[in-house]
Amino acid sequence: MKAILSIVHKEFLQLRRDRRLFPLLFLSPILQLLLLGYAANLDVRNIPAVVCDQDGSAASREFIAGFLNSGYFSVRARVGRLEAIDAYLDRGLASTAFVIPRGFGDDLAGGRPGKVMIIADGVESQTATIGVNYSTMIAKRYAQRLLLERLERVQGRGGIRPVQVDARVRVWYNPELKSRNFMIPGVLGLILMVMTIALASMGIVREKEAGTMEQLIVTPIRPHQLIVGKLLPFVLIGLVEAAFVLAVAAFWFVVPVRGSLGLILLACLAFMLNTLGFGLLISTISRTQQQAIFTAIFFIMPMILLGGFVIPIESMPPFFQAVSRAIPTRYFFTMIRGLMIRGAGWPEIWDQMLPLAALGAFVLSLSIARFRKKLD
Amino acid sequence: MPANAVEVKSLSKRFGAFTAVDAVSFSVEKGEIFGFLGANGAGKSTTIRMLCALLDPTSGTASVGGFDIRREPEKVKRSIGYMSQRFSLYDDLTVAENIRFFGGAYGLNRGTVASRLPWVLEMAGLRGREGSLARTLSVGWKQRLALGCAVLHEPGIVFLDEPTGGVDPASRRRFWELINGLSEQGMTIFVTTHYLDEAEYCNDIRLIHAGRIVAGGSPTELKTAAIRHPILEVACDRPVEALEILQKEPWVVDTSIFGLSLHVGVGEEAEGRRLLADRLGRAGIAVRRVDRIMPSLEDVFIHEIETNAAPGPAAAGEAKP
Ligand SMILES: Nc1ncnc2c1ncn2[C@@H]1O[C@H](COP(=O)(O)OP(=O)(O)OP(=O)(O)O)[C@@H](O)[C@H]1O
Ligand SMILES: [Mg+2]
Repeated sequence: MKAILSIVHKEFLQLRRDRRLFPLLFLSPILQLLLLGYAANLDVRNIPAVVCDQDGSAASREFIAGFLNSGYFSVRARVGRLEAIDAYLDRGLASTAFVIPRGFGDDLAGGRPGKVMIIADGVESQTATIGVNYSTMIAKRYAQRLLLERLERVQGRGGIRPVQVDARVRVWYNPELKSRNFMIPGVLGLILMVMTIALASMGIVREKEAGTMEQLIVTPIRPHQLIVGKLLPFVLIGLVEAAFVLAVAAFWFVVPVRGSLGLILLACLAFMLNTLGFGLLISTISRTQQQAIFTAIFFIMPMILLGGFVIPIESMPPFFQAVSRAIPTRYFFTMIRGLMIRGAGWPEIWDQMLPLAALGAFVLSLSIARFRKKLD
Repeated sequence: MPANAVEVKSLSKRFGAFTAVDAVSFSVEKGEIFGFLGANGAGKSTTIRMLCALLDPTSGTASVGGFDIRREPEKVKRSIGYMSQRFSLYDDLTVAENIRFFGGAYGLNRGTVASRLPWVLEMAGLRGREGSLARTLSVGWKQRLALGCAVLHEPGIVFLDEPTGGVDPASRRRFWELINGLSEQGMTIFVTTHYLDEAEYCNDIRLIHAGRIVAGGSPTELKTAAIRHPILEVACDRPVEALEILQKEPWVVDTSIFGLSLHVGVGEEAEGRRLLADRLGRAGIAVRRVDRIMPSLEDVFIHEIETNAAPGPAAAGEAKP
């Protein structure tokens, strides 16, 4: 215990004197939050659209107005013939086209489903998907309103079946489809991961390079004391970091933090057990800081991608879904999104928390087992 | 506990195909200052690291403080102090923080550390500088601080790997006074160096060359027993040219250059003087003075290396007479 405390104390002294730490700790997360919160915002606004209104009825004009007023689309051109649309899509002048066929107004008036065609440029699949989602939503809202109007109009007359719609909005918890609400909790995980892996992966190898490791391993300090002593200060830094990012998320980006702070903290701790254990493992097997950095980067990429930072786990091929079970970020991303946005509680997250903690304990034990008090 | 602090039996270390330490055997008596001498790359650090249980030997055995370096590495570590060749304290910690940290690492409690702290500061001459970052100290101070940290827990044996590398003679002398002080307290000192003059401070010496021990004994023993032929100090013109000429002569045992003069080992003094004057005279080199001198350790060292240059079984193993 004395040995662990000595190491913890020494690490804190060194961290305090490290001039790069403070900017790394507070400026870099702000930068990442701004970048990923604003620039990499997946919200799509002003999608350039072409309108081909072949019907020209009051109903079709109203329908189109509904799209334009949503703010998600802006009209680049109005064309008469269907073939004219190609030119805009081909040249990239528009990425969506709305086609209202002749008879749309009559169909609606006659109680038949109105047909609308939406063409999306699939090259930018993200935008296309989001664009189509928006369109469907807007169309449904329109249908809903139509239904309400229709019902009002038929009141008293009875008998007429309303337009068939299923107007339930599919996107729960994030009704405006705000991708920021999806991204920011992920960014918290990302920052925490990069920061703690970076700190820990330097933790041991830096001493090897400086030559202090030789003096350290000639003392009776035991491997677990050294690893734990190195780990504890980083855990504290990680928690400060998490709290800081959470505060920026909540107060600057106004992302909801609905779940209990205690559980969020616990999730961060379980996650850091992994990232720090992993960083220290890299550090013990590397000979130089450069090696450690490259090894860390090599593993960080799949952790981000397979962990479901951008691509949801459910939409991955089954093989990668299976692989992702061994990846701590997967559990953390799922948990933190649930905790922050849905206000999930223990019953909803325990099945993520346990594997995450188990994985962390495993990685940490591995790094203790791999640490040799020898020079070669 | 056995009488010997260190007992080494045909210890070897290979790095791939390269043999850095080749079947060395020796023992270090308790309480003595044991000097391990050798040129760069001779295998001094590799040997010391094996004895500190920092490197596993390829073959052979050794015990340190009565503990086997292979089977009981942690017990070895608890009973020794070690100062590595590179300065390896924390540059970004202060003098006092370094001392406290290593105290804690050796499991000393606060009280003990607090009582040892002034002693280390005093010894290293760092009183009043306990708040300075180690980075800001000059090399001599750093070395004394490192020594202080290595003996903080009062080990029975301390291993010092070239503790005086790269400092001026005054600092070296000061450091050796510290070593003597520790020795008087009963500590066994195992020290490596490539400064031959420092070997004079040791009770017992081994010369190591290319991983093998080529000579051993006390400084006096080495000088009288290891070199049985007279050494002539020759003051002459163009010493480098003279050296090259003499090296080719069959009657010259070995030669080396010392400043402006030559040291020439010969078979017999009178005969040697005659042949020397004759040969250099023929080469047109004026000889000003020829004196028979007591061999210095350097002469011994050069002699041993030259006679052992062709590796043979005779060079290996216990070399103590
Ligand atoms: N880890 C290693 N891998 C390969 N070769 C090594 C290793 N460590 C040392 N050597 C080689 O072993 C030989 C002996 O090295 P060692 O450090 O023991 O010499 P030394 O006597 O301490 O020399 P110096 O005075 O330069 O410190 C050298 O040739 C060195 O290059
Ligand atoms: Mg060395």
